[in-house]
Amino acid sequence: MKSRGFLLIFFTVLTGIVFISRLFYLQIISDKYKKEADEIAIKKKFTFPERGFIYDRKGVLLVANQVSYDVMIIPREVKPLDTMQFCNLLKISKSDFIKKYNRAKRYSPRLASVFLKQLAKDDYAYLQEKMYKFNGFYIQKRSIRNYPIKSAANVLGYISEVNNSLLKKDKYYQQGELIGFSGVEKQYEKDLRGVKGVKRFQKDKFNKIIGSYKNGTLDTLPVVGKDLTLTLDIKLQEYGEKLMKNKRGAIVAIEPSTGEILALVTAPSYDPNLMVGRRRSKYSTLFINDSINKPMFDRGLKARYAPGSPFKIVNALIALQEEVITTNTSFVCSGGYRYGKRTHAFMKCHCGTHGKVNFNRAIFKSCNAYFSNTYRRIIEKQDTPEKGIDNWSMHVKSFGLGNYLGVDLPVGDKGFIPDGDYYNRFYPFKWRAVSTISNAIGQGQVETTPIQLANMTAALANRGYYYTPHIVKKIKGKILDSKFTLRKLTTIDAPYFEPVIEGMYQVFERGTGKASKVKGLKICGKTGTVQNYIRRNGQKIALADHSIFIAFAPKDNPKIALAVFIENGGYGSQYAAPITSLMIEKYLFGKTKKPYLEKRMRSDTLLQKEYRKILILRDTIEKIKQ
Amino acid sequence: MRKSNSNIIGIDWKLVFLYLILVFIGWINIYSASKTDIHFEIFDFSTKYGRQLLWIGFSFILIVVILFVDTEFYKQFSGIFYLISMLSLLGLFVFGKKINGATSWYGFGNFSLQPTEFAKIAVSLGIAKLIGEKQFDLQIIKNQLKAFLILLIPSVLIILQPDPGSALVYLTFFFVFYREGLPRYYIILAMVLLISSIFTIKYGYIIMEIVTLLIFISFLVYTYNYKKYFFRKYWIYYIAFYLSFFIFIVATSYIYNNFLPQRHVDRINLALNIVKDTKGKGYNIKQSEIAIGSGGFLGKGYLEGTQTKGDFVPEQHTDFIFSTVGEEWGFLGSTIVIVLFMVFILRIIQIAETQKSKFSRIYGYSIASIFFIHFTINIGMVIGIVPTIGIPLPFFSYGGSSLWAFTILLFIFIRLDANKSNEW
Repeated sequence: MKSRGFLLIFFTVLTGIVFISRLFYLQIISDKYKKEADEIAIKKKFTFPERGFIYDRKGVLLVANQVSYDVMIIPREVKPLDTMQFCNLLKISKSDFIKKYNRAKRYSPRLASVFLKQLAKDDYAYLQEKMYKFNGFYIQKRSIRNYPIKSAANVLGYISEVNNSLLKKDKYYQQGELIGFSGVEKQYEKDLRGVKGVKRFQKDKFNKIIGSYKNGTLDTLPVVGKDLTLTLDIKLQEYGEKLMKNKRGAIVAIEPSTGEILALVTAPSYDPNLMVGRRRSKYSTLFINDSINKPMFDRGLKARYAPGSPFKIVNALIALQEEVITTNTSFVCSGGYRYGKRTHAFMKCHCGTHGKVNFNRAIFKSCNAYFSNTYRRIIEKQDTPEKGIDNWSMHVKSFGLGNYLGVDLPVGDKGFIPDGDYYNRFYPFKWRAVSTISNAIGQGQVETTPIQLANMTAALANRGYYYTPHIVKKIKGKILDSKFTLRKLTTIDAPYFEPVIEGMYQVFERGTGKASKVKGLKICGKTGTVQNYIRRNGQKIALADHSIFIAFAPKDNPKIALAVFIENGGYGSQYAAPITSLMIEKYLFGKTKKPYLEKRMRSDTLLQKEYRKILILRDTIEKIKQ
Repeated sequence: MRKSNSNIIGIDWKLVFLYLILVFIGWINIYSASKTDIHFEIFDFSTKYGRQLLWIGFSFILIVVILFVDTEFYKQFSGIFYLISMLSLLGLFVFGKKINGATSWYGFGNFSLQPTEFAKIAVSLGIAKLIGEKQFDLQIIKNQLKAFLILLIPSVLIILQPDPGSALVYLTFFFVFYREGLPRYYIILAMVLLISSIFTIKYGYIIMEIVTLLIFISFLVYTYNYKKYFFRKYWIYYIAFYLSFFIFIVATSYIYNNFLPQRHVDRINLALNIVKDTKGKGYNIKQSEIAIGSGGFLGKGYLEGTQTKGDFVPEQHTDFIFSTVGEEWGFLGSTIVIVLFMVFILRIIQIAETQKSKFSRIYGYSIASIFFIHFTINIGMVIGIVPTIGIPLPFFSYGGSSLWAFTILLFIFIRLDANKSNEW
């Protein structure tokens, strides 16, 4: 009989175990309830601090804030309303209303989200008075950007609502909040935005606030965003943008003694004010989809071009360092350089010399034959061509080429500098120094971005070192990243720079840049003309050459180093060299003495015709393919 | 050997202590669940917690009275108690007050009594009296019917109020009957029917019929091959049994879908996970789970529960009081409360088994079963594993009637136990 008493004991213990297991699941394993409880019972009110201002190096205000008003919605709290009146007030259609309402409801019926963003000021004033009629809607003040100067759009970047993938990644942001999307705004988001303040309130089941949560012990005050001072000289930047009108390409100017970026011009560009307010979505789609002009593609940082002749300077330095030539070495130029025993391939030269070419002349006349011979000697100094290329590549990379520079902007490109391993894969057969001879004159496999070239020029100006280029000069209340004050050495010893720089000086005195000479200023530079093609069906169709120029000035104690790149601009001396000299003059003297040249550059529309031609050519190729 | 007939010395202090601690924990949670920012006075009798305190005080008076009454009184008058209790249930249909759709209350000014709660005492005494008779044998069908009738009368009266949840409590007496000799197959049959009802509701009668038919056929094949003797002798019974089972399944499904009130169907569907509905019918359970789940290991702290403060769990101070424990005291606190209840019930069983008088033992076993079913159904509902059945958690849920009824239930037993040395 007594054993029958165990049934109830068994069930009592079983029930206890089941309950404790269930509680273990609810309270310890599952974490969704905690989140749901917070969502249901706690209302968070945010106070948004003002976003930091952005100034140029001379303290000119570039980016400020303006007030904007968003209509917010909490779908669950919406009560039947006069939709017609509401739509009229907001100036939206009824179908828009339904679409926006459903979108907000999908996001969360309980949480606030943006219903209509960035009202016009007049609409706000009017709406504010009527708002009490519409339950579940309220107006939130927000601060949006304002750009007093219509310049440097790609450098500054823009702010935009956080997207869903970011919302999931970074818990700081709530739907509808603004975040730096590109440029400096993105890179320095955390400094600029500050920290928003949070106040937590206890809600009751009627969604009414019944008091503070935990007596406000968890509440925080907003921290104001930090102001940024950029290294940019906005006058120079604006001037560069004017010169680049109707062209495609980039100008990058760096102060060699600090690595500070003085100008970072990409063309075509856009007015940064178009990225503010309600028109942003319209224009950003427009710009992003423009695959021809690519106004949002920062050519200065991202475009990869063959460097062309300016690259000869690096080869000259390597040759001197490796002691395969001296400043007294001469080579014979017969109007070009013959290589390939059977094929009799021939690289033409425009140096206009027949006979012996010395070191100095080779630079200012940009002699292809001279540098081909030099390059060959560099590579052939080692036992195998592979080792030769590796050694050469090591020297080249010490100028900041072939890898990310570490600029404090969110986009960039590595460029490309080949090494021995690359050619082992590139050539199926045994290869020799001459197989890579195009590298001698900066064509072939070598690719660089304009900012890399500008940085290389800064290293030349400094006679052997550079500072990582950077865009931010000062952050209020914060020390600048130490990597920007660290001197980076090239593998070339300082004495070897002088003869090379002398050659670059002669470029303006007697050589390819003579036409762009500035009176009373010693400029050192080097022109470049880069061949480029479209490849379709294995066919190479030559397009107009790119026009390139690098320069720094003054020769002694340089203040500015530049690289200028004009797509399809022809000879280096045609566009790139005059723009360079104008930029230098503008920066050093505040004005130029060549208004005629300035005017010519600004009003030149020849290149637009060239671009149209290329476009038509591309289209025909596409059609043939089809 | 205790000599004294006076009861204070012989009472089981462990049980009294468990009672006091459960009442105390219960009250502080009612305080949290019903506290508003306007009132701070504990003895404010316009508040829920103030009134509960009043009722706790009155419970102590009841306890003293119970302990001073002679044990014989309970035995001799159990029949009268049962009669009075049944009349009080019957009287509801004439004088009753309707609250929340059920005529379960007698109103006295701004104070109401619920006779349903007190009926448990009468039924426990009645069952103890009946089965406690010397040589009463539960194997005899006539005796079984007598015992069932004692349960059936209050059950029907309560269902008619209508308060089917409270009527369900009487099913717990099967534990008592089983303990006292009800044949095993009753329990097995009850289990089989209960489980097959649940499966029928969850998976539909067609699947159930197919599955059970397959099991039955394999059973027949097995007996035909290996137990020929049984097969020849009983095959007609087997088939008859299966046919009635077959009809039972169809009937369950039919009654469930056509006759059971929709709100019960909804609750069962929710508990069996057939539908997921967190807005309408499932709202209470959902909110209760959120409150408990957000408590974590240590809880949010006393009076710090956000869900409790915001009053998100409906009926939190009555049927859903355990969600306050879960939210503010966390896994640790909830586990302690569950363990306290387990120890409490097991202690009653333990004492009941040591009773020399059959009456005391059966009564003790009855109240252990009653506490067990309330504990299981209430907390099971609050943590979302039992359908919503609105019955209180003993000593925790707000309400005078239930507190007094459970107090009387318990202390009659403590009184009976205190006297056991005098019983031969």
